[in-house]
Amino acid sequence: MSKKNLSLSTQQKVRKSLSSRYKKETLFQYFGLSSLSVGIIFLVIFFYSVLSQGFSAFTQTYISLKVDFSDNLVVKNNKIDSIDSNFDAIIRSALRERFPEVNNRRDRRELYKLISIGAVYQLIDHLDMSPGDVGSREILSFPTSSDVDMYVKGNIDRKLDESKRTISNNQMMWIDELVEKGEIKMKFNSALFSNGDSREPELAGIYSALKGSFLMLFITLIVSFPVGIAAAIYLEEFAPKNKISDLIEVNINNLAAVPSIVFGLLGLAVFINWFGIPRSSPLVGGLVLSLLTLPVIIISSRAAITAIPPSIKEAALGVGASHMQVVAHHILPLAFPGMLTGAIIGMSRALGESAPLLMIGMVAFIVDIPSVITDPSSALPVQIYLWADSPERAFAERTSAAIIILLGFLLTMNLLAIYLRKKFERKW
Amino acid sequence: MTARDNIEDIETIGNPNVENPFISAKNVNVHYGDNHAIKDVSLQIAKNQVIALIGPSGCGKSTFIRCINRMNDTIDIAKITGKISLDGEDIYSKELDPVILRARVGMVFQKPNPFPKSIYDNVAYGPKIHGLAKDRNELDEIVANSLQKAGLYEEVSDRLDESGLSLSGGQQQRLCIARTIAVNPEVILMDEPCSALDPIATARIENLIDELSEKFSIVIVTHSMQQAARVSQRVAYFHLGRLVEVDDTEKVFTNPSHILTQDYITGRIG
Repeated sequence: MSKKNLSLSTQQKVRKSLSSRYKKETLFQYFGLSSLSVGIIFLVIFFYSVLSQGFSAFTQTYISLKVDFSDNLVVKNNKIDSIDSNFDAIIRSALRERFPEVNNRRDRRELYKLISIGAVYQLIDHLDMSPGDVGSREILSFPTSSDVDMYVKGNIDRKLDESKRTISNNQMMWIDELVEKGEIKMKFNSALFSNGDSREPELAGIYSALKGSFLMLFITLIVSFPVGIAAAIYLEEFAPKNKISDLIEVNINNLAAVPSIVFGLLGLAVFINWFGIPRSSPLVGGLVLSLLTLPVIIISSRAAITAIPPSIKEAALGVGASHMQVVAHHILPLAFPGMLTGAIIGMSRALGESAPLLMIGMVAFIVDIPSVITDPSSALPVQIYLWADSPERAFAERTSAAIIILLGFLLTMNLLAIYLRKKFERKW
Repeated sequence: MTARDNIEDIETIGNPNVENPFISAKNVNVHYGDNHAIKDVSLQIAKNQVIALIGPSGCGKSTFIRCINRMNDTIDIAKITGKISLDGEDIYSKELDPVILRARVGMVFQKPNPFPKSIYDNVAYGPKIHGLAKDRNELDEIVANSLQKAGLYEEVSDRLDESGLSLSGGQQQRLCIARTIAVNPEVILMDEPCSALDPIATARIENLIDELSEKFSIVIVTHSMQQAARVSQRVAYFHLGRLVEVDDTEKVFTNPSHILTQDYITGRIG
């Protein structure tokens, strides 16, 4: 009888405590859920603002004009002489022809400003490609200046007072007419992907920064991946366990937490001042970023090695494999996917890094596309920084577009890392 | 003070020595840091004989067999003193490379540990690294032979390319045995080879041990008294790092001399 009472009271106690236990659980769940939603909301806001601002940069307005190649061109030795020929005049006369009613000087100057100064280079390229057009009349489409582009994209408020606009009433009138007649069209902004940096937003592209970033990542990969793997294998497999190896281990872990600008200073002092590597080159940038990724690769490679069950190592030793054979035949192949994942994550960190590059002169206005690793070049994050700093309205959308492109590469690299991890995941 | 408590000055009773010893351990001591894992063990093992090492957990039986192929070398803090010789040769001498030793003394581990490679590659690994086969045909032959000896060939002959991990636990352990005998060792050490297996797989391995003992000396660590009784000719009982008693299997199980051995085989300790 008493036993029954006891068990009943235990049950009652359990039941009593149950509701408070569940309350705690629900409370915790709500807490977790709310922190998660805060994170997601910020992410959504970030993506929305970047995407909504940046997408318009992928298109560019073009004006179709009938140009006359019969005048203003000087042909020497069957080639168009680009010094004596007046390409500006060709475009100007085409504009005058399109708007014959504009005849005072000031208005004409405004008219000429509709077209990007890059139109001249386009003409030169066009005549290089098809020299047969000399003497004829052709309809070509030229990029507009960035102010026209902004106006067409609706980024300039037409109700503002004329003095507060970058575009005049006359210009607005002409553009409206051109849009109405279909002579202004939006096209894919290929300049964004094929040009280097420029002071003119409609001519500015990320190609030089992109190529600089990839040359840098290439250097980073070939320097830090083998060195990182070798260091990790040595530390895990061969290094004697003593005070010195402990010290090295602590230091490597600390190195991963060192602010990246410090690595930039180191690169400036060692690679540029001491070794004399040309500054703002992908070579020096890549070396600095290798220092930055090295600890990440070492740490993840060591984790990959320790994740291999010791029984595999014992099995190989048991049949008489030497230590080096155990490493080469078993440990390295089994740990390699993990090492690769770590390397890709390190690389994507390096791709997004800008602070150390400030120290080694990569924040520079570089128009040329780098062709070798010692050419001066920029990098994607630095390009974003430079554009964000530019006053022209059209650079704002290009900044966002560059961010989208950078994020695209980062996302691709991280997805690749996840894919590799899933694909080579082993179960023992 | 009874004999049970007075473990420190136990002299091994029974017959630790044999005629024509193949493996001979003399006054072996193993320290893991401060832990004195094996205390003054002397034991001789004859050729083509199965000796079972029994004893409660932590008594040093596994440590002892890992001394025979110098597997303890991989543990930094392990210190081994005393002398172990294989066929008259000191295995801890500086001239002897552990790689050569481990080719002569194979080992099968507690948990089946095939490489995450194909069945073929698992067995072929040892012969490959030691250069035992001149060409592919010879290697094929060694693999087939080893699998046959391990009693696995019929079950896997049509899927040698499949991963060794796709096999069942018992098959995996036989694969590990095949991998060990592919190097053609003289001694096979088995560290509780059946502890992760079901009774049917265990029975197959025990039969296999019987067959293998015709060619190899086998040292088997086991927690199963029945298994020790079934497969071994001699039994050595370890207790807290000491070799308490060693004798013919029949003698130990029917008439153990030491009180600790008695306690253990009757199930009072362990």
